[in-house]
Amino acid sequence: MLLQARSLTKRFPGTLALDGVTFELAAGEVHALLGENGAGKSTLIKCLTGAYRRDGGEIVLDGRPVDPQSTAHAQELGIGTVYQEVNLLPNLTVAENLTLGRQPRRWGLTSRRGMRALAREMLAGYGLDIDVERDLGAYSVAVQQIVAIARAVHLSGKVLILDEPTASLDAREVAMLFDVVRRLRERGLGIVFVSHFLDQVFAISDRITVLRNGRHIATTEAAGLDRLRLVNLMLGRELEQATGHGRTAHDAGEELLRAERLGKRGRIAPFDLSIRKGEVVGMAGLLGSGRTETAEVLFGATAADSGAVKDRAGAIDVSTPARAIASGFGFAPEDRKTDGIIGDLSVRENIALALQAHRGWARPIPRAEQRRLAEDFIRRLDIRTPGPEKPVGQLSGGNQQKVILARWLAMNPRFLILDEPTRGIDVGAHAEVLRLINEMVAGGMSLLVISSELEELVTVSDRVIVVRDRRHVAELTGQEITTDAIVRAIAAPEAATEAAE
Amino acid sequence: MTGLLRRVAPQLLTLLAVLVLVTIFFPGFLSVGVSGDRLVGSPIDVLKRGAPVALLAIGMTLVIATRGIDLSVGAVMAICGASAALAIDQGWGLGAAIPLALAAGLLCGLWNGFLVAVLGIQPIVATLILMVAGRGIAQLITEGQILTFSDPGLAFLGSGTVLGLPAPAWLWIGAGIVAGLVVRRTALGLLIESVGVNLRASRLAGVNSTVLLLTVYMISGLCAALAGLIVTGDIRGADANNAGLWLELDAILAVAIGGTSLLGGRFSILASLIGAMVIQSINTGILLAGFPPEFNLVIKAALVLLILMLQSPRLGDLAAGMSLRRRRADEAAAAPRVLPEVRQ
Repeated sequence: MLLQARSLTKRFPGTLALDGVTFELAAGEVHALLGENGAGKSTLIKCLTGAYRRDGGEIVLDGRPVDPQSTAHAQELGIGTVYQEVNLLPNLTVAENLTLGRQPRRWGLTSRRGMRALAREMLAGYGLDIDVERDLGAYSVAVQQIVAIARAVHLSGKVLILDEPTASLDAREVAMLFDVVRRLRERGLGIVFVSHFLDQVFAISDRITVLRNGRHIATTEAAGLDRLRLVNLMLGRELEQATGHGRTAHDAGEELLRAERLGKRGRIAPFDLSIRKGEVVGMAGLLGSGRTETAEVLFGATAADSGAVKDRAGAIDVSTPARAIASGFGFAPEDRKTDGIIGDLSVRENIALALQAHRGWARPIPRAEQRRLAEDFIRRLDIRTPGPEKPVGQLSGGNQQKVILARWLAMNPRFLILDEPTRGIDVGAHAEVLRLINEMVAGGMSLLVISSELEELVTVSDRVIVVRDRRHVAELTGQEITTDAIVRAIAAPEAATEAAE
Repeated sequence: MTGLLRRVAPQLLTLLAVLVLVTIFFPGFLSVGVSGDRLVGSPIDVLKRGAPVALLAIGMTLVIATRGIDLSVGAVMAICGASAALAIDQGWGLGAAIPLALAAGLLCGLWNGFLVAVLGIQPIVATLILMVAGRGIAQLITEGQILTFSDPGLAFLGSGTVLGLPAPAWLWIGAGIVAGLVVRRTALGLLIESVGVNLRASRLAGVNSTVLLLTVYMISGLCAALAGLIVTGDIRGADANNAGLWLELDAILAVAIGGTSLLGGRFSILASLIGAMVIQSINTGILLAGFPPEFNLVIKAALVLLILMLQSPRLGDLAAGMSLRRRRADEAAAAPRVLPEVRQ
């Protein structure tokens, strides 16, 4: 084995991010590392590259125990990393980027000629025909990735870790990158490949390791692994275990609105979506599959470049969030801290914000009314805060989520999108958010609920849309909605059809 | 009201301390007399001389609250002063001069706002453009001359007296009250703070951040226009090179002394105005205290540094020092720790 990590353990306050994880990488193999959010992929990589100090376990490289102290040290030892966002300097030339830190010298000065020669030598064998004297930023992200790989391979030369390298590449660029990866494999490098795109994982990997909740779940040959089994490993479900549809069937009303061929190039392929009155539509898919992107084009957070949203009265303008809100839409985003709360402002102000923005600056909500509104929601949603004037940034995650729900409930929207409404909140708050969802629907509101928790989706949804590789690939209704069927649909469309039969 | 007092207490204390300090060096500093129909004395002088920076500080506070900055206000003063002087020079009269200057200020603000809100250029770079270009524009308007005039109306704005107080003092106090009422009695203040704290989340909550940013830069331009009118009226001439020179920095300093974070969010116009008076008291005080003029800038810098150090939260933490650390340790031992969420 080229690289072995044995029972690696890494603790953060409150969580065990890595729990005795073992990982092996052979020379001349591409080894995919898979897992959902919070599985421990990044932590494992950061321990291997010295960005984090591990709390336990050992790392063996070429038969010798090593202890990477920093990414630079890991590089010297032979472990190089290329991240999704290329961390090179776009305003320096390709040659400067490649040779930075070890420029060839001549009489104590850097030699530009030497630098060029070294850069060309480093790029030989990558199939790139670029001018090393031009700024790196002038080239596409794919070329920048390959330059970053060339630099990492030159500096370290044994192990190459690619962390989500294809996230911002198109299909042709991915193929170009994979050519490079295959060549490096032939040269005997050990390559760790982290990606959310299962097709790519199967296209390039020799072996696959799955992590979940900080634990090592499985390592298998990629060739013998079937997609369904892989998704089950990642999500932690067994095929036999099929949770039934928990939601009491009710008559969803007439159609409230429909999206027709709505889409945005590079983010979500055009989709049709019909939402009925008082209906909960669930949305399932792996991270990065197009769930959040669907919500964003529906709400105007990302302007769609095709299609339209319509209701009985005609087309609805969803080009900006403000306009979508004016049409009775609401959106509680996935990343509460950056997209949801206004941290320094009080609970009262956060709850009143959407309503106030909708009324316009010239028609302020009187402070007494804001207070009443806040106190009312603090009581109804059981928001744990010392009072309405507490800065919302100081509340716990679950209470922040409730404040954002209160912000939208105050608007009384007809269509509310909840993106991962229960992520990162404690069990008690979790149950309350689900209770709230049922209350809202009983009041006639229509919901789109995006969630990675399949049981949760099965429990609350009337219908579940499955998204994969930025496309809506399946729709399950009524008795079809089981975690099993959702997993099959996430894994492959053929499997979903089988399940439906 | 008590909340407001608590908010500006540090600034009031600072002003008090500066006044006491200056009085030690120049005992007659605080005396006010009556000469004819107007009040005279150093405090009145501070209210008058501090007017341009106080006016700029009003607009600057709002811009900074949105996490922006407006470096162009000094140059905008020169443009607006030159526009007014030009109107007088051409014989269009005061009725044209003042609207022309105000319109020029609003237009400059619109330009800055367009660069920041629509094109997404960083505020410091966006307003730097007009900071540099503005003096050139003002020179083009005055054709490179100092454009002097003798219109009593415009001169009155800079050096007249109303009910015993200088006209510039009435102007900034009035503008401060109007601005304060507008932002706090409407929802403008809340929306500005919300955009300053978290632009993306505010947009997702339906706040029209583009219009809001355009508005604050236009308010800043309008304030600069008023300041430009005062300076031009005071010297009865438009000096494209020196009108409002470096005043943008004093205005930013006033906002900083006023305790509004340059990272945006919570703001107080009243605190910024007190900050402007602190700066002017230092300026006037150093002159009166009789230090050789070459010491002025260094003394001013030292005093400002001292004020900002005393207001810095980190220094407060240090001062709280050992006792706090001990209390924290006790609390930690007594209660289970709240663990931060860890995300990958």
